[in-house]
Amino acid sequence: MNLEPILQVKDLNYIYSVGTPFEHKALENVNFTLNRGEFVGVIGHTGSGKSTLMQQLNGLLKPTSGQVLLDGVDIWSDKKITRQARFRVGLVFQYPEYQLFEETVYRDISFGPKNMGLSQEEIDRRVREAAGFVGISQKQLQMSPFDLSGGQKRRVAIAGVIAMEPEVLILDEPTAGLDPIGRAEILSNIESYRKAKNATIMMVSHSMEDVAKMTDRLLVLYGSRLAMDAPPSEVFTHAQELVDMGLNIPQVTQVFLQLKQLGLDVENVYTIDQAVAALLQLKGGKIRA
Amino acid sequence: MLKDITLGQYFPGKSPIHRMDPRTKLILTVVYIVALFIANNWFSYLAMMTFLVLCIRISTIPLKSIVRGMKPLVFILLFTAILNLFYTDGGVVLVRLGSLAITTEGLKRAFFMIWRILMLISGTFLLTYTTSPISLTDGLESLLNPLKKLRVPVHELAMMMSIALRFIPTLIEETDKIMNAQKARGADFENGSIIQRAKALVPVLVPLFISAFRRADELATAMECRCYQGGEGRTKMKLLRFSRVDLQAFSVCACLVAGVITLAAFGL
Repeated sequence: MNLEPILQVKDLNYIYSVGTPFEHKALENVNFTLNRGEFVGVIGHTGSGKSTLMQQLNGLLKPTSGQVLLDGVDIWSDKKITRQARFRVGLVFQYPEYQLFEETVYRDISFGPKNMGLSQEEIDRRVREAAGFVGISQKQLQMSPFDLSGGQKRRVAIAGVIAMEPEVLILDEPTAGLDPIGRAEILSNIESYRKAKNATIMMVSHSMEDVAKMTDRLLVLYGSRLAMDAPPSEVFTHAQELVDMGLNIPQVTQVFLQLKQLGLDVENVYTIDQAVAALLQLKGGKIRA
Repeated sequence: MLKDITLGQYFPGKSPIHRMDPRTKLILTVVYIVALFIANNWFSYLAMMTFLVLCIRISTIPLKSIVRGMKPLVFILLFTAILNLFYTDGGVVLVRLGSLAITTEGLKRAFFMIWRILMLISGTFLLTYTTSPISLTDGLESLLNPLKKLRVPVHELAMMMSIALRFIPTLIEETDKIMNAQKARGADFENGSIIQRAKALVPVLVPLFISAFRRADELATAMECRCYQGGEGRTKMKLLRFSRVDLQAFSVCACLVAGVITLAAFGL
């Protein structure tokens, strides 16, 4: 994959409630770059600054110091550019289904594109395409969003952001509170959007299994600093450090670390597929234990 | 922005004022307000002021928080001052603007009125700053208990009040979240005409109402699961009991009221 930077974060600092007794640092000297088409995961303990970081990237919060560059342009350099950043960097909050408000699913998804001032045909195309990405049928488009199931509502809310066709899509725990089927569906919806538009995805998650399976790169936040920025395979080799940060490693990695301690020749297993491959390889030949 | 609302926020503490029975504080606040309206001259005002300052010092509430709570009331204060300034007759005319005139009497009236309102608000702030919402409603319920004989649903009213107080911060937080989510979809709350801005609030208000109803529903279920059935036969973990501090507070306030009445009556 050739790396073309799209979003750069430079020396970002953010302090909440500056000048009051409630002042506290939420982000300290954060630096990283997101590339086009990349799937990046963000992990970190509660209060490590994940949500604050997300809101910096589309200009909802203004950095206390430092810059957020979108295609090399500071998103705070001009009011219009800030507004554009809202559309180019799509943000899906936690439990986004609670933001639905329109009478029909169609109208709710069209809220974002309408705010962009697009033509009627373009809005229509985008709504239908976004609905397609998340598997919402034509019939469901005319229903009230409040008559849908929890998982469907979640997907409608995500479609509402996808319809703006953001180049960077940021999601805060998109699978929280869903059953395994719902989780898998949402993750594959996100993946299909990424593939179709060569979009950059940034996903905050507490599920190590999800980030291990989906992402190319992991950002680990700890105590309002960026502690690690590396591919999952590398991050998960620092098992003890992650545990010290109040995080964890995928269950399958835990199992294989134990196996390794027992003397089996297994390395870098962090998804089920890799586990199967590793076990098959072991069965095929050299079992030392 | 929304987080700056401090109206009626509780500051935990261990001062004698914090330890007072909420019923005492409620009664004395009413007494204080009455005394404030009896006061009508420099000396009685100064007596009230001394009492208030002492109370604030004893309560260990930082003066800053009390001042901050008054900010939203600046407009009302100005309005009152201007009304009193222009619509009081008597005394020497200082400035004349057409049919309106500022007189020495008007100036005095406006000054005293603002002073009175400021003391009124600081006094009631002291009540809510030093009393947790729960003990406040407990005290209110207990004071209103005699009304039960008149079939007034006192317990239910108190319960409604404590639930409402409990949910104010939750709903503020929720509003903040929904506004951010809609901003991320390009909603604009800051620009445009008043009508446009009012319309822009629909995407916030609809989800907010839905979530408020959902929360109410969940809360009702949770309460039923714990066999809540109103005040009938319900006992309290913390029984309200008058103590030494309350007796002292009552005596001090009695002296204050007597003093203020005397000062006011003699027109000193």
